[in-house]
Amino acid sequence: MKVIETINLSKIFEGVVPVHAVNQVNLSIEDNEFTAIVGPSGSGKTTLLNMIGGLDRPTSGTIKVNQIALNELSENELINFRLKHIGFVFQSYNLIPVLSAKENAEFVMLLQNIPAKDRIARVEALLKEVGLEDKMNNRPSQLSGGQQQRVAVARALASKPDFVLADEPTANLDSKSAENLLDIMHRLNKEEGITFVFSTHDQRVIDRARRVITLEDGKIISDVIQHEN
Amino acid sequence: MYFKLAWRNIWRNKSRTFITLIAVSIAVVLSVLMMSAKNGVYENMIKSLIGDFTGFAQIQSKAYVDDSSIDNVLVFNDDLKAALQGISAIDGFSPRIENFALAVSDSSNKGVLIIGVDVEKEQKYIGLKDRLSDGELIDLSDDQVMIGSGLSERLQAGVGDTVVLLSQGYHGSTAAGKYRVKAIVNFGSPELSNQLVFLPIQEAQTFYGLENMYTNIILHFKDNDDVRQGVNKLNSVLGQELVARDWEELAPELKNMIETDKMEGYVFMFILYMVITFGLFGTMLMMLSERKHEFGVLVAIGMKRVKLAVMVWLELIILSILGVILGSVISLPICTYFHENPIYFGEEMADVYEDYGLEAMIKFSLDPSIFTQQAIIILLISSMIAIFPFIRLLQVKAIQQMKA
Repeated sequence: MKVIETINLSKIFEGVVPVHAVNQVNLSIEDNEFTAIVGPSGSGKTTLLNMIGGLDRPTSGTIKVNQIALNELSENELINFRLKHIGFVFQSYNLIPVLSAKENAEFVMLLQNIPAKDRIARVEALLKEVGLEDKMNNRPSQLSGGQQQRVAVARALASKPDFVLADEPTANLDSKSAENLLDIMHRLNKEEGITFVFSTHDQRVIDRARRVITLEDGKIISDVIQHEN
Repeated sequence: MYFKLAWRNIWRNKSRTFITLIAVSIAVVLSVLMMSAKNGVYENMIKSLIGDFTGFAQIQSKAYVDDSSIDNVLVFNDDLKAALQGISAIDGFSPRIENFALAVSDSSNKGVLIIGVDVEKEQKYIGLKDRLSDGELIDLSDDQVMIGSGLSERLQAGVGDTVVLLSQGYHGSTAAGKYRVKAIVNFGSPELSNQLVFLPIQEAQTFYGLENMYTNIILHFKDNDDVRQGVNKLNSVLGQELVARDWEELAPELKNMIETDKMEGYVFMFILYMVITFGLFGTMLMMLSERKHEFGVLVAIGMKRVKLAVMVWLELIILSILGVILGSVISLPICTYFHENPIYFGEEMADVYEDYGLEAMIKFSLDPSIFTQQAIIILLISSMIAIFPFIRLLQVKAIQQMKA
């Protein structure tokens, strides 16, 4: 089943010289995929990911997530849509500094008005899943980069999203932490069927991705299935 | 969680929070002290010029309101008594005779205000016994007088001396009498001390030729906040000829003076509050600018912009409440100290105060409304300031904020 579909998707950043960050991109991503969008800096990976995630609007074209055209949603509807359907993992973790690991992961569920009892049970299970059961009450400043990114993964999964978008999730991690994070995400994809879409130029992520979409100057230049799940 | 988040956000930048708290609390302290001192002066004014002596309300005949003549008196009958007893807010009442006369002693003379009073009945309210500086309290059967300390000096008449009182009695009769001074009374207000002569009520009736008639009935209330309501209630049951008036009607010049003085205070407070406004506004602008990226992330992960705006508003409100609490905690003991130990003025300043008929002192007020008023004003200011981030946060776009 198609989770994400883009049709002639373009994004032009206006300026003295307009920049075609994403140019007529057509792609579809199925349920349970573990997909990497790769390409050199400025190739449009993050812009594409932002548009798929409803954070940015295309100049032209259509993005459909679960058959819903994101272009047609208002800003407030988009926020609500993101909350219910999309999990985000950012390059620089972006955890709320004043909340503990547990509270950070719980926060999205609080926004969804999930009862406290259910929230606590799920957040504890998630943090256990990412190997942070002993760091639940630590604040981000008390965690390493790898641990923070694992909290970010737990937060992304807390709302039970349709898919997780991860923008360069390993870029700020050392190799051991990066491997560890990839193991977790790979396991979640395999065992729980969670769809992951990454933007990356980290070869380790690329190697483990089932499908690799390569962008250059905003266009897809290759779309390869490396190995089956 | 939102409260927890707001609370923790406040303490992210401790120095900034402390500076803001100090700014708010200093402004609160200054305005509370100013209001407390001013209200204390007003309370003292009202108490010494009105409450103790005139009562917070009176019943008079309507004719007496226009012309305070001894001819415009009222009859204190059982119906009127029943009407007064029917109003629960009224603690007590006592009829009086008040009129002007000329007091003459061996060495001098002076225009005086004669008060025919039931001393025993009014003791609870006026506390004449506590105001005696010499001699003994008059009683109902006496044919002696008590005079104010200022008047005693002016007439050079002390306890045991004789004064002659001359006035016009009921329906043009002559009122004249010779009375022995039984006591000297001292009122906080020099204006009162300089002109009061107390006669037992029955002796005053005899003096003026008023049989079973009085010029006014003094009303004492359990709670002075109920005066207005009590007066309105009374006026609805009093007949055509009588009217109940509260102290604001009885002494409009005093009310106007207080109102004018209050305006000056409001100007000063406005300046203080402007300082708070800019302090809080600055803090809020810094907070918004520092956390742009974070706001973007929160909206990206699905936080509604209204909730984000409410959270920031909550931060500002909590900060203000803390400032108000701190300011109140600092100012309360200061106000209490100056309530217990009033500030007395030096001679020159005392003369000025006495010219206005006031005691030359400032006794700080501990009226809780002074503190609650500050809290409400600061909360209103914070809420007003919060409109700006509220509107800005309602327009936040995740991607723009995250790029900031």
